[in-house]
Amino acid sequence: MEGLKLSEAELMIYIHPSKSRNVFQAICRELSSLLFQYNETFDGVLLAYDATVKSKQAKILAGLHPYFGVRVNTRLLLFDPKPKSFVEGKIVKISPESIHVIVLGFSAAVITDVDIREEFKYRVRDGEGSFVSRSHKRHALKLGTMLRLQVQSFDEEVMHIAGSLLPENTGCVKWLENKSEEALHTDRDHKRRKIA
Amino acid sequence: MGAKEVDNAELSDKALVVAIRKALTSAQSGDTDRYNELVQLMYIIKKPDDVDVVAQLQTLLKILSRSVACLDEVHHKVLLDRIFGTTIWDHKPNVNVMYALLDLIVSLATTSGKHLSSCLNMLVSNLLSQPRILDNKMLELLSRVHAALHKISFLVPLAPSILLPILAQSLPSVHDKDRFQLVVPYVENLLQLENSSIGKVFGNVILRVVMERLLDLDLEIGWDDILQDDSAIAMFDMELDLAVEGTTNEGEEFPVRSLNQNGNAVSDLLDDLMVLYFDHLKSCQDSGRLDEVFENLFESFVNLILNAQKTKISQFLMFYACSLDPENCGVKFASKLLDIFLNSNNNNQVTRTNAVAYLASYLARAKFLPASFVASMLKRLVDECADYCRTCNDDARPEEHQVFYSVCQAILYLLCFRMRSILDVPRFRSQITPLESVLSHKLDPLRVCLPSVVSEFLYQAKAGGLFIVSDAFIFDDLPESELSRALGGFFPFDPCLLKKTNRLISRDFIFWETVITAYDEDDEDEVLPEVIVYGDTDSDDDDDDDDVHDNEVDKMSITPKHSFMHETERLLKMPWLIRPSTCHRESL
Repeated sequence: MEGLKLSEAELMIYIHPSKSRNVFQAICRELSSLLFQYNETFDGVLLAYDATVKSKQAKILAGLHPYFGVRVNTRLLLFDPKPKSFVEGKIVKISPESIHVIVLGFSAAVITDVDIREEFKYRVRDGEGSFVSRSHKRHALKLGTMLRLQVQSFDEEVMHIAGSLLPENTGCVKWLENKSEEALHTDRDHKRRKIA
Repeated sequence: MGAKEVDNAELSDKALVVAIRKALTSAQSGDTDRYNELVQLMYIIKKPDDVDVVAQLQTLLKILSRSVACLDEVHHKVLLDRIFGTTIWDHKPNVNVMYALLDLIVSLATTSGKHLSSCLNMLVSNLLSQPRILDNKMLELLSRVHAALHKISFLVPLAPSILLPILAQSLPSVHDKDRFQLVVPYVENLLQLENSSIGKVFGNVILRVVMERLLDLDLEIGWDDILQDDSAIAMFDMELDLAVEGTTNEGEEFPVRSLNQNGNAVSDLLDDLMVLYFDHLKSCQDSGRLDEVFENLFESFVNLILNAQKTKISQFLMFYACSLDPENCGVKFASKLLDIFLNSNNNNQVTRTNAVAYLASYLARAKFLPASFVASMLKRLVDECADYCRTCNDDARPEEHQVFYSVCQAILYLLCFRMRSILDVPRFRSQITPLESVLSHKLDPLRVCLPSVVSEFLYQAKAGGLFIVSDAFIFDDLPESELSRALGGFFPFDPCLLKKTNRLISRDFIFWETVITAYDEDDEDEVLPEVIVYGDTDSDDDDDDDDVHDNEVDKMSITPKHSFMHETERLLKMPWLIRPSTCHRESL
């Protein structure tokens, strides 16, 4: 899945003097306050971090409250779905007009009917709706299916992805992977026959 | 329905969808005729009689919820404003229309990030404007609003974090007296949300926000006006007479002079909210969640109530929570307060003294705590005092030892209530032997602590034979010295002054009138009339007691001199309402 990246960053974190008793806790607090929010500096949504204090020396800021700055080396897990990239998530709701997906457990993605390719037709079976492919009967998108979709836009404020199922390599992840494996096998077979 | 009919319905349905979508898109390109027709339809909501129109509206809303992707913020602003501005309670008869509207709101919120906060705002403002009395239809509507919030949270996992600030800010403030009648139903909704799946995300914040509102109301009531009124003491006598005359049993509630007599709006609201919160805690207990809720509750209590000395009611939240689960929460509350007191590194003086005051008042008043637990807590406090006495510096100034004095006062207060139960068990009695050395230490806590507490304690101690060497406790006078006035009498769990709240509390609350003191006779049956000997109008009894005391007084004169008996009767009685000192805890 694209959109996830691991960054290393050297940060300077300013801490209030009252927190000087337990600096590491204060650092974690500061970084935690950035979690699940889009950050321009990092260029992505911070999902997880790993911080190590580089040196015990800190720089004190002159001012009303003498905040002190601590240098921290961090590794950051960032989520940054750029347009045209692919992400994967679980389907939580299917209706004739839209498919609702949750990506990585926190980001909501929606694919509206105009962005679902013609191949898929909405069917109701046993009271449950699903999208089934016209050409490949086994390829079905149901509740709970892991779906790969292409990102059209990403709303940073609410972490909302507008997705699309138009490209050919989008759809049920399991089915797509099986298909690519089969393609691999048939390729090998072809080559063998050619040689032989 | 035959297949053909179904097809027809589907076709016309599709045609409608196409038509409406066309109207919306044409508005974007400037052709607003059809769009305006749709908007007009939304306004028809005011005329509930025309069934056709209502049906049309319902269909429109249903189709809109399937076409939210076509709704644009800019071009369809009027339509969207109409949708977000609807108050569902105004349109009671057209319930189905409202259901359709709620579905539309859910669709809007989940399909596009742009509308999420507007949708949540609309739902919350409808929760706020909920009428007080609900009939069946409206109850169903309310549950649908809650269901809408849950659906949105399910499809958009981050919705609760956006919802929370909206909920918190929508709670009317204390100064907004016109909207008081909205507060109770709104808080009920908040607490219902806390109990739900959304509550897992932000339940503790909701509890804190409501507690904060209770605190604001509590502080808003002018308790000082009521308590400085001298008639309060006279009222106490009347209270005693009532108690004596009536056939009161252990479990019966005591007639508490209630505040609501003036019909004070603020105190009424506080009363109702407290009862609501209590009910919520009860339901948490019933569903087994009280333990985790209690942790949050205590944290909010420490942050909000512990250091706000003037609160009289809000602290009873903790009392009630403890009474629901004595073995777990009841014990935890006391232990945590003790920890705060013992932790001198992280807590300042004021916090520690308040914690001790709360601890003492709680242990004294909680009927549900076993005597063994109270004794063990008492032992810890006494040991701490003894340690302090050993290691303290020679500074004679009382202000240096404020924490010590407040702990001493706490111990004395606690023993006034529990002396009998402590003395009856030799093991408990032996646990507090260091107390004697503490009280006779050069720091002389008996002079600094509140005289009424000290005298009651000494009287009981003498009667119960607590101390071996008693001539150390010769007490010539009982001036309310500067020192003791500065120390003040902070007993947070004094009887609750709100009617409905008190009714729920009184079963587990130890009223002073019911305490079997160390100087009572051993007739367990006749508890009440005998106890109140001290302040009784029956002068004969008093004289008899005085004679009895006289003989013993010569040997161990801890009771004040005879001449003081009548004049200072008021001071000697354990005040039912202990007034906080006029100079509040300023540093000397």
